[in-house]
Amino acid sequence: MNSNIYVPYLMRIEKITQEAPGVKTFRLKFENEQEAEDFGFKAGQFGEYSIAGVGESTFCIASSPTRKGYIECTFRQTGKVTSALASAEEGDVVGFRGPYGNTFPIDDWKGKNLLFIAGGIALPPMRCVIWNCLDLRENFKDFTIIYGAKSVEDLVYKHELKEWDERPDVKLVTTVDPGGQTSDWKGEIGFVPSVVEKVAPNAENTIAIVCGPPIMIKFTLPVLEKLGFTDENIFTTLENRMKCGFGKCGRCNVGEKYVCLDGPVFTNAQLKELPAEY
Amino acid sequence: MQTEKYLIRKTSLEKLFNNLIGNGKTVYAPKAKGKVTLFEKVQAFSEINDDYIVTTNSAKSVVFPRVEKVFSYKKTKEKTVIIDAANDVFPDVVVWGTRPCDAAAFIPLTDTFNGDFPDVIYNKRLEKVYLLSFSCSKCDEYCFCTSVNGGPGNTAGSDILFTKLSTGDYLAEVVTEKGKLLVSENSTLFETAPDESKEQNLANVKVVFSKDEIQSKLKSIFENPVWDEKSRACLGCGSCVFVCPVCSCFDLQDEVHGSNGTRLRCWDSCGFGLFTLHTSGHNPRATQGARWRQRIMHKFLYMPDKIKVAGCVGCGRCSRSCPANINILDTVTSL
Repeated sequence: MNSNIYVPYLMRIEKITQEAPGVKTFRLKFENEQEAEDFGFKAGQFGEYSIAGVGESTFCIASSPTRKGYIECTFRQTGKVTSALASAEEGDVVGFRGPYGNTFPIDDWKGKNLLFIAGGIALPPMRCVIWNCLDLRENFKDFTIIYGAKSVEDLVYKHELKEWDERPDVKLVTTVDPGGQTSDWKGEIGFVPSVVEKVAPNAENTIAIVCGPPIMIKFTLPVLEKLGFTDENIFTTLENRMKCGFGKCGRCNVGEKYVCLDGPVFTNAQLKELPAEY
Repeated sequence: MQTEKYLIRKTSLEKLFNNLIGNGKTVYAPKAKGKVTLFEKVQAFSEINDDYIVTTNSAKSVVFPRVEKVFSYKKTKEKTVIIDAANDVFPDVVVWGTRPCDAAAFIPLTDTFNGDFPDVIYNKRLEKVYLLSFSCSKCDEYCFCTSVNGGPGNTAGSDILFTKLSTGDYLAEVVTEKGKLLVSENSTLFETAPDESKEQNLANVKVVFSKDEIQSKLKSIFENPVWDEKSRACLGCGSCVFVCPVCSCFDLQDEVHGSNGTRLRCWDSCGFGLFTLHTSGHNPRATQGARWRQRIMHKFLYMPDKIKVAGCVGCGRCSRSCPANINILDTVTSL
């Protein structure tokens, strides 16, 4: 490989979707057709998104590798780079480096039930896997998605939630924190861990994919364990701060494991081997 | 390559230096500046200070500059054009007066900048760097190269290693093809190898710990009071990292000039609180103790495990430079 690892692909923002207050999705297309053709990624991988003159920011690729010709990212406006991204318009050019990191082992999940549990802005990393698996729906058995956010307006991908809800081959349970409901809210009211307990998915032959804020994960894992899920069958992602994405800048490691190289996807069994450095 | 040995007269060293300058090479050498000796660009042999244990700064900046442009860009509303800095022409650089520890540091440094994602800018700089090292005839209480597989007369990492003999002349050990090239360009200066061995002319650097033992101990002491205890005085200033010949953690920052700009790879430090701080305010390494642990673990456990070489060459620079007198040897030997 003789190319400069720091140079991003140039990508044009084809479409911007306002998902929730402060949360946007960009659909990005390669400026260079050859790059578009050569590019490939797998579910779970991430990249460095940048605005020239401002800097780079790390998030997952939120679209499925089965949907070719573009990638999507969803981010919340929080810091310097995400603020600059948030003020970009359709047609603007942004930078993208990637894909980096490991992937969800979807091929190993054939013939299994899938249980997706997400909280807040952590649905984007999971959306990639959800669509990837839905596009290969015949490979899997029961398909359950439990998604919670602070309030109804904070739920991201509202159109897709509706689409999943209407599909007979998907069971979708949405929930909002107490006080976050609207008068016409038909979903659950309560925190994700207690909703998981209530839904009580069957652990037999089931893979659980859990992404969310640390506090959600902390209280959801014991519920899953109680339901009989083994540590090897629970997958999650870690989100440490990164600069390079390829194991050199030195900040994302958790003990000996680099989130950018060895992750971001880890099983609960792997997490239990790691020190609390995330 | 088989090491080739020659004799180079004391008087020929200056000629060699002048030839290098004459050939258009940029030469960095130890130069006295007030109380410290620094690797700096030199033009004349007389500028070189040869009375030093190690320089205060390391030689890493010849391949890993404090600030490196990785690309520049020109931006208009319609178009962004990237100018790849890897296409730049990098200078022929000679570092004159590296110590064996300095030269050894290029081994883990080069491993870090390669692997699955080779850093082409680093590699292009490295291709044009010649390390002309000088063995150590003296050491101080901060030196511990022999505890980390090094030694005062080790050739690893150098292109040529000079060792001063009892006569005042030098034994030249030519270790690499690059070194051989310099010898062939200056063949009249290199004479038949002397009989005198170098060993008797080397400093006696005592072994103070076993690297393997430390590596194995570190596996079980992630949670341990020693990290807070040994880092209590730490100011988080980053000196240790900046003078370290192996430390290579970096930040990527943009610099803007109107509609043009550059992305820069800048030295960073695991000792800075901001290094790992999430946007949410959460910090996985929230205390100075956790950061000191990372520095020790990275050098003595993670790097030996991953790239089979320690991230420390025992030069002692971090301990000499620490304004709070934190000593890496003290931490490592107390584990």
